[in-house]
Amino acid sequence: MSSRSSLKSKLVASPYIVWSVLFIVAPLIFVVYYSFTDASGAFTFDNITALSKYAPTFLRSIWFGIVATIICLIIAFPLAYIISQKTEKVQRTMVMLVMLPMWMSFLIRTYSWMALLQDTGIINSLLGKIGIDPIHMINTEGAVILGMVYNFLPYMIMPIYSVMAKLDYSMIEACQDLGGNRLTVVRRCIIPMSMPGIVSGITMVFVPSVSTFYISQKLGGGSFDLIGDVIERQFQQSYNYNLGASLSLVLMVLILISMAVMNRFTGDDEEGMVI
Amino acid sequence: MKIASKVYTFLVFLFLYAPILVMILFSFNSSSSTSVFSGFSLDWYKALLEDEATLRSLYNTIILAVCSSVISTVLGTAAAVGIDKFKKGPVRSGVMAVTNIPMTNPEIVTGISMMLLFVFVGKLVSDDAVLGFGTMLIAHVTFNLPYVILNVLPKLRQTDRNLAEAAQDLGCKPVTAFFKVVLPSIMPGIITGMIMAFTLSLDDFIISYFTSGPGFQTLPIAIFSMTKKRVKPDMYALSALIFVSILVLLILYNIAQSKSEEKTKKK
Repeated sequence: MSSRSSLKSKLVASPYIVWSVLFIVAPLIFVVYYSFTDASGAFTFDNITALSKYAPTFLRSIWFGIVATIICLIIAFPLAYIISQKTEKVQRTMVMLVMLPMWMSFLIRTYSWMALLQDTGIINSLLGKIGIDPIHMINTEGAVILGMVYNFLPYMIMPIYSVMAKLDYSMIEACQDLGGNRLTVVRRCIIPMSMPGIVSGITMVFVPSVSTFYISQKLGGGSFDLIGDVIERQFQQSYNYNLGASLSLVLMVLILISMAVMNRFTGDDEEGMVI
Repeated sequence: MKIASKVYTFLVFLFLYAPILVMILFSFNSSSSTSVFSGFSLDWYKALLEDEATLRSLYNTIILAVCSSVISTVLGTAAAVGIDKFKKGPVRSGVMAVTNIPMTNPEIVTGISMMLLFVFVGKLVSDDAVLGFGTMLIAHVTFNLPYVILNVLPKLRQTDRNLAEAAQDLGCKPVTAFFKVVLPSIMPGIITGMIMAFTLSLDDFIISYFTSGPGFQTLPIAIFSMTKKRVKPDMYALSALIFVSILVLLILYNIAQSKSEEKTKKK
């Protein structure tokens, strides 16, 4: 192909490049700009120093995010393995069933957990019928984490499953032939081989869990403010864009750091989708 | 072991579907409670048909999803074709790094960053509020684009480059060669990207929440303002209808896929 037509075909990417500068890069510059200015536009560090007040909120968000991610991993890993063992037709149906809830509004699904978890809710009235005293579940830390696990579990199952479905079975058999018991096979063979799926599952659950803002308001009853809730309030209630921007900037940096740490485990930069 | 894995699978799926079952059950409730079932009725489905605000927001959601997925598919496919021609190096990795930003950044950060841009530019150009259909469309196209690009790029890499050159040697103009040879071979990637863009756009709440104005409400935003007070079961009825239609579409898609697989096996 002549260099001229190759230049021309490179040019078809230019509308996208203009778009991404305008609507991906420029907005991030505005986040930085608002973080370091006050309402009148003058340079200030006040928004950054005000952040120390929110340190407990940041810590709680990270803690909840880590717990939810670990629980998702523990639930998803065996399920992904079970699915990958089925015939192709059953696999496809089960994958469809895992993805299906994600197409429903997460707001409605979270709201409907409220009906399940309330003191006089569905779970407690079922428990009452078999003679168990009602358990207080709504507005607890556990309920918030349950909401996160519920909403983001498919993001953990899918990448782990898609790696497991392509595993080389002769490797697992070799491991068994070499005398590995069931636990050794899982620990030394299946887990290492599904690592790329596990890593992308962890990031896909951790990032939305840390930054969520709706789940804790509904299932935590407002007593477990997460960083997303604080940011949302700055933009939709108190209209302090500058403080909101600096909170978001810190959140973004936190997530970039944790992603960089996670990426050291895989170290590949394939340009393509995991799923 | 077999029984254990069956029980385990059942429990995980029960967990995933419990709130959806609750939602479907209470859409048939005869009272307006969402926690006490007092009897079967279709009242909420009737109420839904008369709820103009909800139907309006459903219509808005679909319009926005169609527009944003079409625009992002065209823009994203062109981008992928161009990026595919870039040599490996700082320019290409720079473009790919920027492309990944909307996927890796928390949605709330993407939402507020665009809101800041729109509000800032809006103040410069006019006194009226700028947030509305236009800003939401820009936001949706922006978060859809990476999904289109990352679905099309691998297909382009799989395409034999000699084919397009052969077509040109046989007298095709480069543009004709692209539409007749390259485009058909990357079509599956384009369609997957477009479907992903469409569903992401239908479902998006967080980014829409920060970039929308009072004049243009989508369904997720209408649901959000309702859950601040109390959700009426007609919203459950609508969700149940959406659930059933997605289920039917997926089953049909599955049947079509296994049929086409059987065909290729027979050949």
